[in-house]
Order: sequence, then C-alpha cells, then structure tokens
Amino acid sequence: MAEIKNYTLNFGPQHPAAHGVLRLVLELDGEVVEKADPHIGLLHRGTEKLFEYKTYLQNVPYFDRFDYVSMMSNEHAYALGVEKMLGIKAPERAQYIRVMYAELTRILNHCMWLGAVALDIGAMTVFLYCFREREDIFDFYEEVSGARMHAAYFRPGGVSKDLPAGLLEKIKAFTETFPTYVDEYETLLTENRIWKQRNVDIAVVDPQAALDWGFSGPMIRGSGFEWDLRKTQPYDVYDQLDFDIPVGVTGDCYDRYLVRVEEMRESNRIIRQCIEWLQNNPGPIKVDDYKFANPKRAEMKSDMEALIHHFKYFQEGYHVPKGEIYQAVEHPKGEFGVYIVSDGSNKPYRMKVRAPGFAHLEALDYMVRGHMIADVVAIIGTQDIVFGEVDR
Amino acid sequence: MTDATTQDEKQSDAKLQDAKLQDDIGVSAAADNDVISGLRQRFGAQVLATQDGLDCPVVTLARECIAEACHYLKNEHHFEQVVDICGVDMLEMPDWPADAPRFEVVYNLLSISQNSRMRLKIGVDERQLVDSVTEVWSTANWFEREAFDMYGIIFNHHPDLRRILTDYGFEGHPLRKDFPLTGRVEMFFDEAQWRCVYRPNSLDERVLIERTWPGVDRG
Repeated sequence: MAEIKNYTLNFGPQHPAAHGVLRLVLELDGEVVEKADPHIGLLHRGTEKLFEYKTYLQNVPYFDRFDYVSMMSNEHAYALGVEKMLGIKAPERAQYIRVMYAELTRILNHCMWLGAVALDIGAMTVFLYCFREREDIFDFYEEVSGARMHAAYFRPGGVSKDLPAGLLEKIKAFTETFPTYVDEYETLLTENRIWKQRNVDIAVVDPQAALDWGFSGPMIRGSGFEWDLRKTQPYDVYDQLDFDIPVGVTGDCYDRYLVRVEEMRESNRIIRQCIEWLQNNPGPIKVDDYKFANPKRAEMKSDMEALIHHFKYFQEGYHVPKGEIYQAVEHPKGEFGVYIVSDGSNKPYRMKVRAPGFAHLEALDYMVRGHMIADVVAIIGTQDIVFGEVDR
Repeated sequence: MTDATTQDEKQSDAKLQDAKLQDDIGVSAAADNDVISGLRQRFGAQVLATQDGLDCPVVTLARECIAEACHYLKNEHHFEQVVDICGVDMLEMPDWPADAPRFEVVYNLLSISQNSRMRLKIGVDERQLVDSVTEVWSTANWFEREAFDMYGIIFNHHPDLRRILTDYGFEGHPLRKDFPLTGRVEMFFDEAQWRCVYRPNSLDERVLIERTWPGVDRG
C-alpha cells in the first residue's frame, strides 16, 4: 500500500485573502486542514518600545496605526486610560463626540470587514457598496480632524477640536440613509445561497471554547454570550444611550455575520441619539486645565501664562502619577485594552496593548481543524483580522 | 500553621474593612474581596501583597504558585478569561529595590459571569522559570510566547515556546530596557548575494524629549 503523507502548504505572507501579512503554514490531509500554524510579526513595528520614548501626547497617533480600519476606537482606550490615571474626566460634550465617532468607526470597521470577507468568498459587489459608505465616514473624519484615516482626534482630556459648523447635519443625513444601505448589503448576502453554503456551520465555536480562547466582541457574542463592555462596564456616556446587543445562537460564521450587520444598525441608532444631544448642548470639548489641554489660540496671543502652558504641553508634556491601569473598550473587533505603567514621569514606563485580533488569530488553529482549505479564507475573514493590531 | 492562618485571616478581615470604607473600587467590590480572602486562605504567605488598583484589585503572588493560583481563580472564582499577559522590565523603575526581581509578569483576568476584573503579578529574574498557564487558559499560549520574545522570560511547561513577533533568527529581547531603541542590526539588500542580509547598524540614539519628573528644576 502506498504511503500517505500530509501535505504542508504555505499560505501568504502575500495573499489577497490573508488580510495583510499573515503567513500560515497549513498541514493538509487531502483538502482537509489538519493543523494551522500562523506566523505573525511581519508587520511588527516595535510600537510598544517607541511608546517608552515618547510623551503621552506624542503617543496618541500611534494608536491610529494599530487597527488601521478603526482608528478612533483605539485612541478611545488610550484616552480613557490616561484620563483615569490623571484623575480627570472629559467634559460631557467631548464624551458624546467620542461616542459618536467611536460608533461611526464601528460602522467603518464593519463595512470594511463585510466588503473584504464577501470579496474573499467571491461576492464582488458588496465590496463596492461598502466602500461607498466608508467614503462618507472618511469625509466626517476629515472634517473633524483634517485626516481621513489617522485622525489623532481623541486626546486624554477630551477631543482635539470641536465639531465644525454643519457637520452634524451631514452625519444626520448619513444616518437617515444608512439603514437602507445595510438593507442593500443584506439583500445581497443574508439569503444568498452561496453565502450561506460558505458560512453556515463553518467554524462553530461553542461557548466553552469561546471563553477558553479569550474571544471578545462579535466573536464571543456570535457564540451566545451577551457580553458587551459598552453595557457591562460602560465608559463615557454609553450608560445614557439606548441600544441593544445582538447575540448569535450557533456560533458559526453566519451568526457572526448577522451579529456584525445588526451592530451596524445599532451603531446607527447610537449616532442618532448623540447627534440629537450634541445639537442641543454646546459646551467645552476638553478639560479646563492647561496642564492637560492646550490653551486657545486667542488666549495665547494675549496671555503669557497661556503661552507658557502651550509650550510646556507640547514640549515636555504632562506628568502622569506613578501607578498602573488596564483600560479596555468595546472595540469593533472585540476588547481592545491598554495596560499603562507609569513611573511618574512624562513618558509611559511600559505600555502594553491588548489587541482583540491577537487572541482571535491564536484560535485560528482550533477553528480551522477539520475544515476544507477553502474555508480557511472564510474563517480568517470571520475573525476580522487586521495586522496593525496583531503585530503591533 | 494555625498561627499563620489566623494571622492571615485577621489581615484579610482588615482588608475587607478597608474596602468597605472606600467604595470607589468598582462594581463588584465585595465579590473581589472574596477572591482576595480566598487566595489568602489558600496560598497563605505566597500572597505577597494586595492592593486596590485604579481599575481593579491587584494581587502580587510568589512565582512558584502562579499556575495553581490561576487554576484556583478560574475554577472557584469564575475568572474564565485571561485577557492579557505581559512582561514589564523594572530595570529603570525609580525606587525599585535592588534585590527585587528584574521582571514582572502581569496577568489581567476577566470574569464574564461575575463582570469583574483582577490583576495578578509575579516577579521573576532573568534565569528563573515561570510556570505556564496555557493549560488553564488556551489563550495564554501566544501571550506567553510574546513575553518570552520581548523579555526573555522563560515559561516552564509551555507547549511551544517560540519567538512570535520578531524576525526569524532575531537575537536579543527588544523590550528590555537595556535594548537600544534603534536596535542592534539593520537589514539591507545585498546585490552580490541577491538577498536581504543584516549588518550592525550605525544609528545614534537620539533623545528628543527628556524623561522628566514633576518638581525637578531643570534650569
């Protein structure tokens, strides 16, 4: 009898379905995957080392570059963590702006995810549809921060600038049409026979495994946990907003798809509530303490003190009291956390970023075992992997 | 044994009293204190310190008992997930005792059923081993690989302790405080060999903004 050997296949690092630079060493038995060994780190930029040499303010833009499809959500965790260490609280208007942009970012992320996954599985049109809406949200990013992607908008102590005139109306118009766009995506996919054949009962994760592998966000909700940090450990003004948490039943790729699509609708609801509040409540958008926020331009022209504060704020930065904190937010991909250790100086002593994708990708081996090689692409897709945050 | 236990119990009672006085610890202060008193009862003197952190209770444990403590916390106190494991190099920490271990390994735990968090810490020196918690939580695997890669902390009984984020064949542990920011080597494409090779880098380390502490006059 002929000897049967397993076949080892190298997937990536340059592969359109690898969502970046993932090198995957697959051990195959025929077309069935026996083992997957992800090799990561091809996008490792040593950000955690760089943090230790930059002031707290200089570190803000690095956060955009972690998960580069949900930029402001990353900054959110950092801003909240540093604020807690400093013992300050952003003004309510800043909190509403942050929540509104965090939810816009969630839509941004899920649009990217949906388009890319559908493209991987073979549905070309969804990608074009999703990128149409992403373009609108990039415009909102640009109006508020000047940058289409890497905004550096959420700062410890608030946000960098107030909303420009007319922006809220534009976002409102977007939220009015967006649900019909989600309907369009669903028309293309939800009852689509090919989409269902590729997703239903693929990579079923039972609740016990979801806990064991450190799942969070839509991945753990797809397995039936009603767990959302916005509800269970609310930050900013999430406890004052009305929204629901979609939860899956079976824990397969299709449920995770449904959860994410429903999250887009819920995010839209949150944004609408934020717009209504913001339209009626003008006010400060950063803390009223020049140690932690830069002074107004006009004040700098006439006030010596303000000029000194401006110089100190952007040069030396502020000192964060000695201590440590772990701050997590409900990032579009899961639990994004920052663990900050301060030695009392103006630079972090150690900063560790807990990326949801890191834990999810680790479970890839568990999820692909016993599946066909074509399903690997669907499973990488369902995990919503972005290498900026996995490799850091 | 008995004397030590009663003393521990007294300490944990005092701890509970303290916690009642300050109610800003978090949503589930009482449950967390059950955890700490439980840990004290079970591990006695191996619980080196406890404190209420800014965000959650922090327990410093002896290095030897970490795997057992994690088993205990998962099974008895429903900490179903370890959200993060990371190393910290204390080499340049001000006022860090000279005889204290150089590294800390920090475990951030999350209980989904109790909606609470806690943090475990252990100290470890360069050539000491830490027991892996991979068999408690599968997700610990990569986090421990990362701590090994970045700090050279060696985890005992780890199923697959390879480097994870750095390049194949990388030398050194980049997040150690004595590793230069610019690294030790640079990569370039060698025309003669027609491949990428490493050579020692020639970069100077620049300090753009000094690390400063409040109240220090810098002239």
